[in-house]
Amino acid sequence: MKKTLFDKVWDTHVVDTIQDGPQVLYIDKHLIHEVTSPQAFNELEERQIPVFRPQQILATADHNTPTLDQHLPVKDELSRKQLAQLSKNCNKNNITLYELGHKYNGIVHVMAPELGITQPGMTMVCGDSHTSTHGAFGTIAFGIGTSQVAQVFASQCLLLSKPKSLRVSVNGKLKNGVLPKDVILYIISKLGTNSGTGYFCEYAGDVFEKMSMEGRMTVCNMSIEMGARGGMIAPDETTFEYVKDRQFAPKNEEFNKKVDYWKTLPSDEGAAFDKEYFFDAADIEPMVTYGTNPGMGIKISETIPVNNDPSFLKSLQYMNFEAGKSLINTPINFVFIGSCTNSRIEDFRVAANYVKGKHKAKNVTAWLVPGSKQVETQIIEEGLKDIFNAAGFELRQPGCSACLAMNDDKIPQNEYCVSTSNRNFEGRQGQGSRTILSSPLVAAVTAIEGKIIDITKQLN
Amino acid sequence: MEKFNTHTDQAIPLNIANVDTDQIIPARFLKATDKKGFGDNVFRDWRFDKTGKSVSNFSLNNPLYSGSILIAGDNFGCGSSREHAAWALVGFGFKVIVSSFFADIFKGNALNNGLLPVQVSESFLTHLFSAIDKDAKTQFEVNLETQSISIIGTDLSESFDIDPYKKTCMINGYDDIDYLLSKKEIIEAFELQKNY
Ligand code: SF4
Repeated sequence: MKKTLFDKVWDTHVVDTIQDGPQVLYIDKHLIHEVTSPQAFNELEERQIPVFRPQQILATADHNTPTLDQHLPVKDELSRKQLAQLSKNCNKNNITLYELGHKYNGIVHVMAPELGITQPGMTMVCGDSHTSTHGAFGTIAFGIGTSQVAQVFASQCLLLSKPKSLRVSVNGKLKNGVLPKDVILYIISKLGTNSGTGYFCEYAGDVFEKMSMEGRMTVCNMSIEMGARGGMIAPDETTFEYVKDRQFAPKNEEFNKKVDYWKTLPSDEGAAFDKEYFFDAADIEPMVTYGTNPGMGIKISETIPVNNDPSFLKSLQYMNFEAGKSLINTPINFVFIGSCTNSRIEDFRVAANYVKGKHKAKNVTAWLVPGSKQVETQIIEEGLKDIFNAAGFELRQPGCSACLAMNDDKIPQNEYCVSTSNRNFEGRQGQGSRTILSSPLVAAVTAIEGKIIDITKQLN
Repeated sequence: MEKFNTHTDQAIPLNIANVDTDQIIPARFLKATDKKGFGDNVFRDWRFDKTGKSVSNFSLNNPLYSGSILIAGDNFGCGSSREHAAWALVGFGFKVIVSSFFADIFKGNALNNGLLPVQVSESFLTHLFSAIDKDAKTQFEVNLETQSISIIGTDLSESFDIDPYKKTCMINGYDDIDYLLSKKEIIEAFELQKNY
């Protein structure tokens, strides 16, 4: 039978099947962080169950960490306690932890791929919905709840029913200035936020084949925003090249053997998907969102649609936008370039390239938060930091930061923030804050202008 | 986990689509390291205004409504995987959530905490909302054994789907860890012969 990439990886990981029920799926790598793991550790302890395979778990501190003065003790007491709890739990259970300040520390979905931990053909989970990011490598990777974190601790397995398969193909050539973030925002704006529920999505077509690993991660990252549990892209030479020589990647002969296996993973020609969508790359333009879910996106040159649905109107009211109007010239005081969607070196290169020789508008606070210590180092070594400093942008230390505003990096009440993160939910970046999602290029342009402008004009 | 069989109670309506887990429990409340106390902050920013004053017309605050069943708009629980959302709803006292659509991860999290997600058709959901509209004291019965939900005092009812394995777990109060631990030997054997 012809198999999809998803089928191939899933089927090799099935340990057992319950009649009329779910399957027992083996998990190769389990990533954990401070926010969704403590209750799972507690549960195991209460039930006196040991952690089954500690060497397959990797921990980082990211959600709740400050992005300034990381060498000092964390000021917020609850955050400090949560971080201390993570260290204690990892110590006790022999789990590797890259704590705050460690050279490998970073947002879980940035640091793991960068260290070569994420590899094609694996199953990976984390108590975080954006675990879908790792699917960029042809990995089955998905977010889980804390009860499931405890299950993986206890057995290195999960009980799951196999999701259905969905394929989104985008073919053709992307226009100038259209970045991977625009591609995924465009797809979600067309398909809606629950079109993927119950499915695992494969992205296929020239656009993804030509994309860098960073770009593929940006795309797969947001699969969850259309409801899909995960997204995947077939591994190819770009993938192998990226994984090769990374700290935890297989080496030499072992690497070559793996590559031979990885080459067998792409979907068979003619394999059937439960649902398929096709898009034309030429139709995609730089995107922005105008509402309070990631599906409420438009091309930057378009106007907000008119719709009388009460949830839609509530959303516009929250954003203080009007149906039928354009976002061009909306004054913006906050710009955030960061989060597991867009905080990799490529994202900062794009921003720096535009910003070089310019200065941010007076009214703007522009935060740059690298996804990891390694990205931070690259920014400094490549001289990007100097460009950003000269332009009045503030480079902070790695972490989730204003993506979910659990630390002090909050956008004030009623303020708009043009953000490269993945969620524009009410209050996501701080109580009463209003988020407009965009690519790092649109974010950089906005910081320079102090308002949203139609960059398609500049690009042509 | 508590056993679940039939549940009859009044319901609180929340007629909003795409309720995401950031609304159910905002991120700033995720710093706790145990499961307790989240109930006080469920829908925090909808229940209380910026000054901390209770928003009286929000349905969870409205004295007209009470009960342990939440009837919510389409695509409930989208967004973050935070199980804190399920803990907050359970902590507030909900036992059943009814909607015409649930996000995947939320659904799993709810089931793992003895909170039953009942997915109904859009038209039945409209019936549920209008029943409460007419009489806020309307009682609803959710029967897990027969997989049905009905509006008491009417002949309106609908059946719902649930994974048979999850149904057994809910009825008996088992959880997945018990099951997975019983499979240890098979898991170890799998590890020895895996060939990827
Ligand atoms: S950067 Fe944002 S979306 Fe990504 S893991 Fe952190 S909080 Fe979640």
